[in-house]
Amino acid sequence: MKEFQYTIKDACGIHARPAGLLVKVVKSHASTATLEKDGKSCDMRKLMALMGMGVKQGDTVTVKVEGDDEDATAADIEKFMTENL
Amino acid sequence: MQVGTGKSVLNGIAIGKIKIYKKKDTTISTKPVTDTGAELLRFEDAQQKAIQQQTALYEKALDEAGEDIAEVFNIHAMMLEDDDFVDAIREIITKQKMCAEYAIKTAGTNQAAVFAAMDDPYLQARSADVMDIAQAMLDILQGTDVDSMQGTEPSILVAEDLAPSETVRLDKSLLLGFVTREGSTNSHTAILARSMNIPALIQCKEIDDTWDGKMAVIDGYNACVYVDPTPDLLKSLQKRQQEDKKKQALLQELKGKPNTTLDGTTINVYANIGGIGDVGAVQQNDAGGVGLFRSEFVYLNSKDYPTEEYQFEAYKQVVETLAPKKVIIRTCDIGADKTVDYMKLDHEENPALGYRAIRICLTRKDFFKTQLRALLRASAYGNLGIMFPMITSLRELHDAKNILDECKVELAAEGKKIGDIEVGTMIETPAAVLIADDLAKECDFFSIGTNDLTQYTCALDRQNAKLEPFANPHHPAVLREIKMTVDAGHRHGIWVGICGELGADTSLTETFLRMGVDELSVNPKSILPVRKKIRSLDLTKPATVDGEDKPEDAKPEAKPDAKADAKADTKTKAKDKAKA
Repeated sequence: MKEFQYTIKDACGIHARPAGLLVKVVKSHASTATLEKDGKSCDMRKLMALMGMGVKQGDTVTVKVEGDDEDATAADIEKFMTENL
Repeated sequence: MQVGTGKSVLNGIAIGKIKIYKKKDTTISTKPVTDTGAELLRFEDAQQKAIQQQTALYEKALDEAGEDIAEVFNIHAMMLEDDDFVDAIREIITKQKMCAEYAIKTAGTNQAAVFAAMDDPYLQARSADVMDIAQAMLDILQGTDVDSMQGTEPSILVAEDLAPSETVRLDKSLLLGFVTREGSTNSHTAILARSMNIPALIQCKEIDDTWDGKMAVIDGYNACVYVDPTPDLLKSLQKRQQEDKKKQALLQELKGKPNTTLDGTTINVYANIGGIGDVGAVQQNDAGGVGLFRSEFVYLNSKDYPTEEYQFEAYKQVVETLAPKKVIIRTCDIGADKTVDYMKLDHEENPALGYRAIRICLTRKDFFKTQLRALLRASAYGNLGIMFPMITSLRELHDAKNILDECKVELAAEGKKIGDIEVGTMIETPAAVLIADDLAKECDFFSIGTNDLTQYTCALDRQNAKLEPFANPHHPAVLREIKMTVDAGHRHGIWVGICGELGADTSLTETFLRMGVDELSVNPKSILPVRKKIRSLDLTKPATVDGEDKPEDAKPEAKPDAKADAKADTKTKAKDKAKA
């Protein structure tokens, strides 16, 4: 399993547009990814659940990735977050 | 005449006949079904069609409103495939044995309620997106003909609410504007209206079916709609609409384009602002940054000395909103005509030459440090510059900079973050012009305040209307001073801008460019006209105007202009008193 933490810098947080794009990134891989914040977690393939986490600027989230291509998946997610969030 | 009020999503005017946009009430069966397999198929069929529809809307929105907002429809398409949402619908069909319509409506309402209950206003507004996709599937299942609801002539639509996909589907050639009873300013519908430049009023509770077919005007500036407006009102709003159209055309022409002359000289065109409320105008007029942010509002709006924290929040908000654009903040310019009771300043016989601006700051060091600390802290959030007003000697600039350095050391010791800041001098006294070479060595930029520079150079009180016949805003002495300042700045490798009213005078734009001015900071309204002027100039051609070195009498054609400007000046003087 791969795991990393990320602190959201974007003023709007994970709002609809980046959430949609983030789901696309995860869905392009075979591994499962979960996002955790303050004891709550969600499947990152599920758009509404991800938006429903209400992740805001300044929040630190933990991303856990598990599966055959977990290295590539985690790297892509981290890259997307760094560039867009 | 009837007036409806609400929240405006776009500063614009729409004039036309009202068309009530009404959805037919459809009933959904709540009786159990026997063939749940058939209902699942009906749902899947509607789901696939809705996804195709949203993808088509993405293309339409991309064309009409731009990529950022068009992405909403891609998100709708993804929401339609969302596992949790789809599972909820399937479960209602299979376990509760309900029809597809009932399942979609129930699951959509539930999911929308989840968003509506969140404490973040942005996420609350997402419930409208969920209802939108649920409705899209319902319309498909019930065969509702959405496209015919708009009518066939250009009109202002009045509706209970409009979903984002409805807004995009509407034929823009027939849509003058819309008024809804519901809706939030965060909704995708509101964002769409803004990016498609459609005047819209939301949360208008006065909406009435009897408005159908009546003449109406949406006044986005005042957040209201006039139904059956009086002829006079209609006329004045028509005029405003024409002005808007001109501005919009100019904006379309200039948006994102560099301020470069035909021969390749580029300068910055920034905005002068007086408070947080002006930030919208900076963005709407596509300014490159803020060249003069008058910090007086933090003092004038307070009953007592504004705290560091209060000032920090105010500066931070502007700097952060406009980042990475540059925001140059002028330190306190209280005194002369701008006074506040709590500072207990003595009445002066000759306030323009009195105890004001940097003179107050340098003698009330703690007062000055409160502002400088707030500015330095705000600098961590964007691209901030500081400039000192009313400098007449090198010692004043040194003293001001020393206090600034003191604040930097204190903040560093407290572990507070500070960004890279530029420090500039306002050139608004003849003394500053004459020692510009010395000042230039000690700062990062000059900003010429032409209003005070003119008043001090010509010994002509700006507030005295009787002096109007003697006023010449294009006085060659002032123009020469500007040239001297630019040359001195450039000799020492710093940039030089103009932030006074003269900067917005397009009859001087060419003169300023030929002088080598690097930046013009003007009121937001003048940004687009100034940019248009810059892009029309060719400095390799012989000068079409020159205000530089001729005595006043040798320029007969400049005189009527100067008079007209002087008049326009006095009209706005009362306002400028508080501002400049």
